[in-house]
Amino acid sequence: MRDRTLIAKVLAGERELFHALIRPYEKSVYFAAYSVLQNEHDAEDVAQETVLKALKNLHTFRAESKFSTWLVSIALNEARCRLRHARVIEFDSVDAVPDEDSGEFTPAVISDWREVPLEALERKELREMLQQAIHGLPAMYREVLVLRDVQDMSIAETAAALGVTDGVVKTRLLRARLMMQKVLAPQLNIGRGGLLGMFKRRAGGSWF
Amino acid sequence: MVLNCKHVWKEISNYIDGTVPQELRDSIEQHLANCRHCAAVLDSTRNILYLVADERTFTLPVGYSERLHSRLQREMNGDAPDA
Repeated sequence: MRDRTLIAKVLAGERELFHALIRPYEKSVYFAAYSVLQNEHDAEDVAQETVLKALKNLHTFRAESKFSTWLVSIALNEARCRLRHARVIEFDSVDAVPDEDSGEFTPAVISDWREVPLEALERKELREMLQQAIHGLPAMYREVLVLRDVQDMSIAETAAALGVTDGVVKTRLLRARLMMQKVLAPQLNIGRGGLLGMFKRRAGGSWF
Repeated sequence: MVLNCKHVWKEISNYIDGTVPQELRDSIEQHLANCRHCAAVLDSTRNILYLVADERTFTLPVGYSERLHSRLQREMNGDAPDA
């Protein structure tokens, strides 16, 4: 409702209100671009282009979709365009989509998982480990994971932004999440001498 | 319905999202109660997602919002873009 009112006012000539309209979504726009480009500078450039494009094309926005989803889909398209222009097409990019139904789902074999406390995120090593794990995902999985799990978009919103079905999002999400588990669980699992075991020793065992 | 580990892994993402039907959910929970390995897979996956979702994991570049709105304002004013 808020968005519709603001959009109507912007289109009626109160262009300054466009700042307020996009403010809640500027983070999502950036991370959508980042999920494709994996580079801060390019992602910020694309986020700016996205916002300018949204301003220019606001009259084409149709109320049947959410404004936030529309913005994110522009950001994804702009980011993919930039990748193609730069000819930095990744081996695993959306242009080379593997068969989504093939292969087995095999998580990391662990038996004594313990919870990683959120305070551990104060550790730069842990943040970098999480970021690298996401960077390491093939593009089609990375995009879904960033929209759904980093940005907390719903399955339906993620599907609309990517232009795929809910079923495709769920399949990619399963793969993405299990790939993250496979990479990270052995490193985070204190019982197997992982990163948090190191933290625990450093912290004198006060976390567990 | 009796599930094996692979069935559980295949549903683990939907289970985390709470989108599996009740009957399947009951079967998954029955399996998890008896399978330490799958319980650890579920806990680790869920916990990794908490960490990924935390706003400290991915942060915006410093000054991002200011630069974005200042570029937008220039556009609205009809100024030429930066060189």
